Amino acid sequence: MTPAKSLLAADPRTRARNRAEARFRALGLGAVLLGLGALVLLVGTILANGAGAFRQTYLTIPVTLDADRLDPAGTRDPADMAAVTTFGYAPLLAQALQQHLRQRGVAMEGIGPRDLMAIISQEAPAQIRAMVLQNPDLLDRTLELEMLAGGRIDGYFKGRVTLQSAERDANVSPAQLVLAQAMADAGMIETRFNWAFLTGSDASGQRPEAAGLGVAILGSLYMMLVVLVLALPIGVAAAVYLEEFAPKNRLTDVIEVNISNLAAVPSIVFGILGLAIFINFAGLPQSAPVVGGLVLTLMTLPTIIIATRAALRAVPPSIRAAALGLGASKMQSVFHHVLPLAAPGILTGTIIGLAQALGETAPLLLIGMVAFVRDFPAAPPEGLFDPASALPVQVYNWTQRADPAFVERAAGATLVLLGLLVTMNLIAVMLRRRFERRW
Amino acid sequence: MPPIWILAAVLALGALGYALGRARAIASAAGDIRVLHSLPSYYGANAFLAATVPALLVMVAWLMIQPGVISGRVAAMLEAAPEAEALMLSDLRRLAQGLDRAVAAGDLSAAAARELDAETTDIRALLAAGGAALGTDVTPETLAGAQRYRTLTRSAGLAMGAVVISLSGLGLALALRLTHRDFRARNAVERAVLALLILASSIAVLTTVGIVLSMVAETLDFFNLYPWRNFFFGREWVPRFEGGSALGLLPLLWGTLYITFIALLVAVPVGLFAAIYMAEYAGPRFRSIAKPAIEVLAGIPTIVYGLFALVTLGPMLRDYFAAPLGLGTSAASVMTAGLVMGIMLIPFVSSLSDDIITAVPQALRDGSYGLGATQSETVRQVVLPAALPGIVGAILLAASRAIGETMIVVMGAGAAARLSLNPFEAMTTVTVKIVGQLTGDTDFSSPEALVAFALGLTLFTITLGLNILALYIVRRFREQYE
Repeated sequence: MTPAKSLLAADPRTRARNRAEARFRALGLGAVLLGLGALVLLVGTILANGAGAFRQTYLTIPVTLDADRLDPAGTRDPADMAAVTTFGYAPLLAQALQQHLRQRGVAMEGIGPRDLMAIISQEAPAQIRAMVLQNPDLLDRTLELEMLAGGRIDGYFKGRVTLQSAERDANVSPAQLVLAQAMADAGMIETRFNWAFLTGSDASGQRPEAAGLGVAILGSLYMMLVVLVLALPIGVAAAVYLEEFAPKNRLTDVIEVNISNLAAVPSIVFGILGLAIFINFAGLPQSAPVVGGLVLTLMTLPTIIIATRAALRAVPPSIRAAALGLGASKMQSVFHHVLPLAAPGILTGTIIGLAQALGETAPLLLIGMVAFVRDFPAAPPEGLFDPASALPVQVYNWTQRADPAFVERAAGATLVLLGLLVTMNLIAVMLRRRFERRW
Repeated sequence: MPPIWILAAVLALGALGYALGRARAIASAAGDIRVLHSLPSYYGANAFLAATVPALLVMVAWLMIQPGVISGRVAAMLEAAPEAEALMLSDLRRLAQGLDRAVAAGDLSAAAARELDAETTDIRALLAAGGAALGTDVTPETLAGAQRYRTLTRSAGLAMGAVVISLSGLGLALALRLTHRDFRARNAVERAVLALLILASSIAVLTTVGIVLSMVAETLDFFNLYPWRNFFFGREWVPRFEGGSALGLLPLLWGTLYITFIALLVAVPVGLFAAIYMAEYAGPRFRSIAKPAIEVLAGIPTIVYGLFALVTLGPMLRDYFAAPLGLGTSAASVMTAGLVMGIMLIPFVSSLSDDIITAVPQALRDGSYGLGATQSETVRQVVLPAALPGIVGAILLAASRAIGETMIVVMGAGAAARLSLNPFEAMTTVTVKIVGQLTGDTDFSSPEALVAFALGLTLFTITLGLNILALYIVRRFREQYE
């Protein structure tokens, strides 16, 4: 016989089972926390990498716009002055900087004229040239001009470049950084919020400090416009038919299976479709928002159809019965009563579909949206056919550049993208909270 | 005539139709709308639909067909070899567009553009000033082709405008003629709206047909240029644009499956345990926060995961694991892409499994508790077996998602096609090569570009098969408890 045991003391087998229970539970909690941790890590690293893109370093120095050099013909006619390229403006800036530094008594140890020029962004001469060409009256005046600092100098003030890393860097020397610090102490260099990042256009691979998201944001906006205009009516119409009118037969079965499968087709396949049909067959231009919009429309349709059907199904049959009972036709009951009641759900589904479309990258690569685009597209409808970029593609584009400063830009662009997505999803959640009705 | 103006004209006719139709109906009833068959607005709507719908459908069809017909006509004139034809046509189209743009910008008068001579003027320089970059110099032949293209396009545009607007007017006249107090306008309008609804729902089918057709045609072209055996069973992937490429699918498929395997190795245990915890253990407060938070992972665009792989995880794995262990020196690797993709897939596995576990009837659990099982024993021995088909379905859906995923592998897996077991080496996938072969300037008649369509079709078939299998399993399971 087994010895008598107290009921209050667990036997070894029960203890083992309880331990297994606790272990299992801890594993489950661990998995949830791992998932949450991954989310935090993902967003955290992007935030850490990208926050710098929203701040930019500028330097302000007095520059004399020497008319003899910028307008050798002396006509003050912008057409003649355009003969002086940015190479004519660059030495002017370098001289002005050198002179100003001497006046202010800032030490320039180990800095040659070439090193001095590297403190100013290569974009600065172009900006000043554009300003002078627009307003030739500025010539021969001395102006306090603000210009972009070079990418490495910018990186130094954001902590991306340090004196140690500069020793291994061919593009910047520690002496330049020391000088930049001295200039900052003298109030010539400041780092502040970077509007140009949101409004400017892309810049070439040597000028990360000048690269902005303007064209990409506009391109994404145009595409969302196309998606909204096409996918919302078509998706709602398809859903209304399938949910309210379609007879149960083979054809509707085929359509339904089709829609649920389309939702799971890899996005890159839609890119191939867009390339083959819209560009190669229909002859639409590459890189155009209209093509991107069409491809994204096809991708968004299943989302909107599925959301709309769910919203229609949530409207109780009594509404339809009441409308029919008062003499409305089937069509009138749907369009006058059911559809308005389903509108919040449809809207929510549409916003979520748009948010998905906004973040989609792969199909846009295939229809040529990776091209380097500096010019803003025109206003719609013509602008829909102009080359443009898109936010997620711009992120990809910047990660492909050699200069590490573009990583900061790419992460910054990702933050803009995530900010837009969060806003859209919050709007969807708010709509749902505000208008959701339960019968 | 630009399509936008035609569209505006048709819409204006439609609006006019609405007003006239409504007024005519009321007039026919002598102002007493009770004797009308339908409400007055239905007569208006009928006229609007008659004026706009057929005309706009014809316009869309015309716009789809026109480029092909014009290219065919111009190509017949060029007498070029079929291989060079596509290239010449695209040159020619660019030239024609450049000329149009120069005329629109005022750099050229319309008459001067028509009388250009390739022998005497440097057209390339002329157009470059207007912002249109041409790839090659303009020969008299392409110039003649481009001029022909322009005249054809212009006359086709005019013809389209005439046809569409007269069709719109015709529809309007017909509808107004029919408008009478006994005309069943509501029935007519409802029939038309129903037809439009059916048209809208068939777009989904058309998309699938479009996907399959566009890929099948190009894939057949590819197999004419490159033997299918070498594609499906080739163990080397070495595209050479001067010809003689080896385009074997196996290394790409291996990379795809290896990365998918690692991704599932991360996503399945984490997702499944998370789902079990949320469904069986978590209180409502914790659940209401943690569940949406994990689902946020599914809403994050894949480019963000790609950036994370490229900038953070890849270098970290290389510096702390691969390089010290002597396994590799590449930041882009199967491991990088697989881990990141695994994070992306966690919510796919967890929320589907969560739904399925919650759908297991409480009676099964109560029975198990009644027999003295602990909660974890119940989960392992009762709930999971009951939910297994659904969970398998969820895993298959996640696998299909992983196989078709593009941006993470483009940025995290590398571009080298190799058959290797070392997860810290860079490998490549089907999707990476589709992007690689189709971006940039590609000549669509070469096997190196066409192979992308064959890859796309392979990908489409695999993911479609997995989805159908998964949906089948999930559906069968659901029926058991309903």
